[in-house]
Amino acid sequence: MEKRARFKSAWLPYALVAPQIVVTLLFFFWPAAQALYQSVLIQDAFGVSSQFVWFENFQDLFNDETYLESFKTTAIFSILVAFLGLSISLILAVFADRILRGASIYKTFLIWPYAVSPVVVGVLWMFMMSPTLGVIAHALRYFGIEWNHQLNGRHALMLIVMAAVWKQISYNFLFFLAGLQSIPKSLIEAAAIDGAGPVKRFFTIVFPLLSPTTFFLLVINVVYAFFDTFAIIEATTQGGPGKDTEILVYKVFHDGFKGGDLGSAAAQSVILMTIVIVLTVVQFKYVEKKVQYS
Amino acid sequence: MIERRPILDLISHLVLLLGVLVVAFPVYVALVASTQTADQAAAAPMSLVPGDQFLVNYAEVITKGTSGNISMPPVGRMMWVSFVSALLIAFGKISISMLSAFAFVYFRFPGRSLFFWMIFVTLMLPVEVRITPTYQVVSDLRMLNSYAGLTIPLIASATATFLFRQFFLIVPDELAEAARIDGAGPLRFFKDVLWPLSRTNVLALFVIMFIYGWNQYLWPLLIATEQNMYPVGIGIKTMIAGGDAAVEWNMVMATLILAMLPPGLIVVVMQRWFVKGLVDSEK
Repeated sequence: MEKRARFKSAWLPYALVAPQIVVTLLFFFWPAAQALYQSVLIQDAFGVSSQFVWFENFQDLFNDETYLESFKTTAIFSILVAFLGLSISLILAVFADRILRGASIYKTFLIWPYAVSPVVVGVLWMFMMSPTLGVIAHALRYFGIEWNHQLNGRHALMLIVMAAVWKQISYNFLFFLAGLQSIPKSLIEAAAIDGAGPVKRFFTIVFPLLSPTTFFLLVINVVYAFFDTFAIIEATTQGGPGKDTEILVYKVFHDGFKGGDLGSAAAQSVILMTIVIVLTVVQFKYVEKKVQYS
Repeated sequence: MIERRPILDLISHLVLLLGVLVVAFPVYVALVASTQTADQAAAAPMSLVPGDQFLVNYAEVITKGTSGNISMPPVGRMMWVSFVSALLIAFGKISISMLSAFAFVYFRFPGRSLFFWMIFVTLMLPVEVRITPTYQVVSDLRMLNSYAGLTIPLIASATATFLFRQFFLIVPDELAEAARIDGAGPLRFFKDVLWPLSRTNVLALFVIMFIYGWNQYLWPLLIATEQNMYPVGIGIKTMIAGGDAAVEWNMVMATLILAMLPPGLIVVVMQRWFVKGLVDSEK
């Protein structure tokens, strides 16, 4: 779409885009180029000289057990976060869409975890689940479960999944609710007249019509699990015990800043960029055919 | 409502109540712990009945920071840093995106699509994937430990630019034509016509961007190395660094409650704009 009415000026448009372009060049393109460049170099231990090594950093990464392990952890983590986050919020949204009275009160209560920062979420959950003083850990012990995320890698993964899902429910809920409300009531009514009960209507009409929203949220949740959960992990498990909860983003930070292995960290950044690009392309492809029914 | 099913209605309310409980429980625990004494909050398990230390604890964290053996600035100071950064990020994102969207929609100029694509690509470069080199740039520019360093690298925004572009495109052409006939230049048109029309969009985006800015963690972790530039999120992490025994959980929880208050209030009070901003910025 283009505007018919335009203004003419030789310099003004450049002045208008300049601030954003300068920021973009300085803090996005230049660093990204640096990451690309560093990813094909190996620095010596003192950082004085570096050597061009083609794709050796990448080869090293894919031969590195811990990196592949981190890939696997990230995959399991994001599948769990996306699956649990989407299912719980879909259930809540379906019921919230049903009721007339009090719906807005429930909505207010359900959406505000969106505003809680990931580090706060992490500390909250760690406090409740702490094996020594956590309220929930104690309740679990009462039921015979010895909860200890500091020693048990499975528990640690469950902890970060719970914290990440808790924060993301509000976002998914809002989008599911909006999606449900945009389904024409006449369709549902027609099915009801034909004798389809609520459960059947949900699986044959509502859920299929909701699929664009679900797919969109799936991408968003995977991106969230990949990139926005750094602070949750940093506040709760710090990648441990061992490396059981070390997802890719956490590993980049760890190797680059704490370990000082710039070449490897840069190669990891490049791999992450590739993942984001793929996810963004998927998302945009989908956006084009998004609206099927409104 | 399609048909009357009282039992299903009951189940709906029960499920939603359960959802609200799950969402609210962690915050309730934090709130209770923040009103207890250090010993009470560190009891195993702590009591779920509020204590009587509310005023004492909050007054202490806001003005003095936590006691114990960890040195850190008062929470009041850290909240201020978070607040200023969040405001700067929100204002920065909105202003530079509005200006560039205005240029993209109302002007034809060589390089237009190149610039547009450059901004689009930033979507694919989240800060997490370019941490090390971006940190290098900021440190070369001597912007560590400054508001500029905490905010400017985060203010480029493809989503906000698209949103304003989308919005400007549906503004009727007649308005710009009328403005031109009346002899108004582009800047005048922007100020007197586009800006008033965009106010709802600006407000909606502001809510989202403020929360985004307030909740930054990884970036300030690198940029704020001096304690007086710590935003509250980093402060919380510092407070719990001592390990289970050394941590004063009542103070930590008071800080958590304070840290979630500003963005939480904004979401609840400005719910309409928040929802609009959230939905719009993902289109």
